Amino acid sequence: MTVPSVAEQERPTTAPGGDRPTVLDVRGLWKVFGQRADRIVGTPLAALGRAELKRETGCVAAVRDVSFSVRRGEVFVVMGLSGSGKSTLVRCLNRLVEPTAGEVLLDGEDVLGYAGRRLRELRRHRFGMVFQHFGLLPHRRVLDNVAFGLEIRGVKKADRLARAQEVLELVGLAGFEGSYPDQLSGGMQQRVGLARALAVDPEVLFFDEPFSALDPLIRREMQNEVIRLHHEVGKTMIFITHDLSEALKLGDRILIMRDGELVQMGTPDEVVGAPADDYVRDFVSDVPRSDVLTLRWIMRDAAPDDPLDGPELSPDTVIRDAARTVLSAGRPVKVVRDGTLLGVVTAAEVLEVIAGPGGRD
Amino acid sequence: MVALSTTVTRRFPPRKYVAGVVVVAWILLWAVLNGRDTLPLGGAQLTTVHTRLGEAADVIDANRNSNPLFLYLVNYIRLFLDTAVTFVQALISQPSFGRPVPLVGWLGVTGVATAIAYLYGNRKVAVLTAAGFASFGLLGLWEESMDTLALTLTAVVLSLVVGIPLGVWAGLSDRFNRIVTPVLDFMQTMPTFVYLAPLTLFFLIGPASATVATMIYAIPPAIRLTAHGIRQTPPATLEAAESLGVTGGQALRKVRLPLAKRTIVVGINQTIMAALSMATIAALIDAPGLGKTVLKALQTLDVGTAFNAGLAIVIMAIVLDRVTSAASRRVEIAHRTGRVGRPLLRRVEITVTAAVAAVLVYLSHTYVWAAEFPGDADLGSYVRRGADAASAWAQDALVAYTNGLKNFITSALLNPFEALLGGSPWWLIALAAAALALLLAGVRAALTAAVGCGLLVALGLWHDSMVTLASTLVATLLVMVLGVVLGVWMGRSDRVDRVLRPVLDAGQTMPAFVYLVPILGLFGATRFTAIIAAVVFAAPVSVKLVAEGVRGVPHTVVEAATAGGAGTWQLISKVQLPMARAAITLAASQGLIYVLSMVVVGGLVGAGALGYDVVAGFSQYQLRGKGLAAGLAIVVLGIMLDRIMRAAAARAGSPTASR
Repeated sequence: MTVPSVAEQERPTTAPGGDRPTVLDVRGLWKVFGQRADRIVGTPLAALGRAELKRETGCVAAVRDVSFSVRRGEVFVVMGLSGSGKSTLVRCLNRLVEPTAGEVLLDGEDVLGYAGRRLRELRRHRFGMVFQHFGLLPHRRVLDNVAFGLEIRGVKKADRLARAQEVLELVGLAGFEGSYPDQLSGGMQQRVGLARALAVDPEVLFFDEPFSALDPLIRREMQNEVIRLHHEVGKTMIFITHDLSEALKLGDRILIMRDGELVQMGTPDEVVGAPADDYVRDFVSDVPRSDVLTLRWIMRDAAPDDPLDGPELSPDTVIRDAARTVLSAGRPVKVVRDGTLLGVVTAAEVLEVIAGPGGRD
Repeated sequence: MVALSTTVTRRFPPRKYVAGVVVVAWILLWAVLNGRDTLPLGGAQLTTVHTRLGEAADVIDANRNSNPLFLYLVNYIRLFLDTAVTFVQALISQPSFGRPVPLVGWLGVTGVATAIAYLYGNRKVAVLTAAGFASFGLLGLWEESMDTLALTLTAVVLSLVVGIPLGVWAGLSDRFNRIVTPVLDFMQTMPTFVYLAPLTLFFLIGPASATVATMIYAIPPAIRLTAHGIRQTPPATLEAAESLGVTGGQALRKVRLPLAKRTIVVGINQTIMAALSMATIAALIDAPGLGKTVLKALQTLDVGTAFNAGLAIVIMAIVLDRVTSAASRRVEIAHRTGRVGRPLLRRVEITVTAAVAAVLVYLSHTYVWAAEFPGDADLGSYVRRGADAASAWAQDALVAYTNGLKNFITSALLNPFEALLGGSPWWLIALAAAALALLLAGVRAALTAAVGCGLLVALGLWHDSMVTLASTLVATLLVMVLGVVLGVWMGRSDRVDRVLRPVLDAGQTMPAFVYLVPILGLFGATRFTAIIAAVVFAAPVSVKLVAEGVRGVPHTVVEAATAGGAGTWQLISKVQLPMARAAITLAASQGLIYVLSMVVVGGLVGAGALGYDVVAGFSQYQLRGKGLAAGLAIVVLGIMLDRIMRAAAARAGSPTASR
C-alpha cells in the first residue's frame, strides 16, 4: 500500500506555532498577464499603478511582488475582494498559472524550475486542491471521483477504492459511494471535492474559495468541517476567501491582498486590532472586536494602587471568553504568561470593547 | 469601417434608393437591349472549354494505370473502398462465396439490428427496428435496402474512424481548428451533386466513388461535434484534474472524452443521417441500392415504384434516426444519474440478447426460409398500385389548384425573372450585379460579383446559369416567405412549434429523392416542379432559423412593448422581426445554399439549364466536359451569392451584432 492511512498522520499539538518549520516559502512572486508580460518585472514599469500599467503596456499585474511563508500544519488564509489576485496567487503555487517572476520554495526547493514529469509528481503527491466550482467528473461515481487522483498516479484499483472509502468516511459521506455528483447537493459535492484532495494525502492543501458557491448555513457547516479535519489530519492549508468572517474563523494567519499587492499579513487579532491602512481598517470595521481580540490588546500596565489578588488569565484569551471572569471579579484581572505579570484588565476596558461603537476609534 | 459608412450615408442619398435606381436603369436598358449578347448555347452545343474539360477527363482515364498518383494512391483507395463495400454487401445483401444468397439472411440481419437497437437504445426502438426491417422485405425491396444499408454503414464507419480523431485534434488544437473549419464549411455548402462527376474521374463509377461522395458529406458533422464536445469540457473540471497531476493523455482519456461522449453520439447520429441521404443520391453514379430504384423510376415517370422505394428510404431513415437518438438519450441519462441498471443484470441482458441474435444469424445462414425474404408477402405491389392511383387521382382532382398555383408563380415570378436575367446582355448583368454588390455589401463583394460573372462567361454557360439563377431566386424568395410566415408563427406560439417541428425534422432528414415523387405526381415534369422540390428541401431550415430568432428576442422587450400598448401586428413588425434580423438574413443565405444544392435534382425532373447539363453529363459521354463545367458554374453561383449575401448581412446587421 503506497498511501499512508489517516490514522498514521501526525497530529498538530497547538494551532499557530512560531517554532514550527516553514513548508512553503514564497519570495517576490509576480504574475503579469499580457503580451509582453516578461518585460515588466525588474524595470521601472513595475512601479506603475494598475491603470497606468494597463495603459502603457496593455498588461495586467495580477500578483505584485508578494512574499510570505507558510509553516507546517498552519491554516494560512489569503483574503481579498474579487480581482485582488488571490486566486491567481494560489494557482501560481501549484503552477496552474505560470508565475512571471519570483520563487516558490517547497521545503527549500524552488518548484518553479520543475517541468513535465517532476511537476506532475509534485501535483500528484505533495499538493492537493479544492475548487470553488468543485470540478467533479459527472460521469463517475462519488467513490471513483475521490479515487481519481490515485488512479492517475497509477495506484491499483482495490487499493485506491479502499483509500477512497476511508476518506469518504472521514468527510462524512459514507453511504454515498455509488451516487453520482449531480445527485448530491452543493455542500455534499464540495465534500467530495475535499475528499478527492485528501485522498492523495498531500502535504499542502489549497482551497480556492471552496464555500463561496454554497448557501450560508451549509457554508458554516463546511467551515466547521474544515476546522475538524484540520484537527484530525493536521495538513498545512492555504485557504483563499473573500469573506472576512471566514478568514478570521479559519485562519491562523491572514494575508490581505489588494490589486495584486500584499496589504497586511498577520494573525486575526493583529489584523483587527492593528489594521495596516485605511483599506484594512474599513474592511474590519464591522467585525465584533471582542470576538477576535485577545486580552493582550486591551490590558494596561498595573497601577501602583491596583489590587493584585484577582484571577489570572493568559494574554491569548479572547476578550469575549474573558468577559464573564473580568466583569464578575470586581477587581483587576491579572494577565500572566509563564508566571510573569504582563498587565491587568478591568471591567472598564472590556466594556469599552464590547459596548464601544463598533470598536471604531 | 462602420463609422466611415455612416458618414457616407449621411452625405449621399440612402443606399437603398441608389440601389433602386440601379435596378430601374437595368430594366430600362433591358427593354432596349433585350436579346442581345445573351450568350445562349444549345443543348448539344459545346464550347472550347467544354471540349478541353472532356479531353482532360479522357487524359485522366487514359493514365489511370500509369500515373504514379493513381498507381500508388488513388487506385489503392479505390480498391480498399470497393472491397469494403463489397464485403458488407456479401454479408447482408448480395449472393456471395458461391452461395445463392448472402452470408446472413433477412432473419439474421433483422435480429442483429434489433439486438443493437435494444442494447444501445431501448425496447421501443427495438420493436421499431424489427418492424422497419421486416417492412423492407414486405415492400419487396430487401436486397436494395441492404445494398443501401451496406453503403451507408461502410461510409459511416470510415467517416467515424477518420472523423473522430480529427475532431479530437481540432478540439485540442486551436490552430488545427482554424485550418479545418473553413474546409468543413466548404464541404457542407458545396452542392452535393457537383462533386459526384469529378469523383468518378478518380474513383470510377461504382461503390468507391459513392463511398467517397458519402464521406465528404457525412464526415463534417462527426468532426465538428467531436471538436465541439472536446472543446466544451468545463474549465473547472479540467483545472481540477490538472491540479491532481494528469498527463495530457490522461486528461483526454479520463476527462475530456467521457464528458464529450454525449456530443459525439449526436455527431454520430448526424453522420448516419447525412450518409443515408447521400448514399441514395449517389445512385447518380451507379451506387447500388434504393436510390437507384427511385432514380430509374423517376426517369420513366413511374410514380408507384418511386414511391415504394422512397417509402423504404424513409423507413430506414426513421429507424436509424430513432435508434441513434435513443442511444444518445441513454448516454445522457447515464451521464446524469449513473449507469442504467446494475452491472450484473446488464451483463446477463447483453449475453442473452447476443445469444438470440447469434441463433437468428445461424438460422438465416443455414436455412433458405430465413435467408431469402418470403416472396409471397408482397406489400410492395399494393403500395405501387395505390401510389399510382393516388397520383392519378390527385392529378385529375387537384389539377385546377395545382395548375393555378403553377401558372401564378410561373407567370408572376418565374417568367419575369427569367426574361430579365436571360434576356439582358451579359455585360449589363455583370455591371448591375457589381453595382448592387458595391452598394449593399462593399468593394470586396463587388469584386466577387464581377469575377463570378466573368467565370460564368468563361465556362461557356452564361445563359444556362442565368436561367438557373432565375429559378434559384424565385425558389429562395418562396422559401423566405414560408420561412418568415411559419417561423414567426412558430416562434410566437409553443403549440404551433410542437406541431410543426416534427414535420420540419422529417423534411430535413428525409432524403431529397423521396419527396420528389409526390411533387412530380402533382405537377408533372416542369421547371416549376424543380422549384417546389427545392422549396420543400430548403424551407425547414429557414423556418427553424427564423423561429429561433423570434424566440431569441428577450422576453422583457416583448413585455415592455406589450405594456406600451403594441398590438400583435405592431409587436411582430416593430419588435420581433427587426430584432430577429440577424437570424432572418442567416435563414435567407442558408435557404439559398439549400436551394442551389437542389439544382441538379431539378435537372432530373424537368428543370433545364445547369441542372440538366450536369445530369446529361453523367449519361452522355460527349457531354461530359459540359457537365463538369456546369457543376463548376453551380459552385461559382453558390460562392458568389453566399459571399455577397454574407457581406450584405454583415453590413446591415452590424449595429445589432451578428450571431
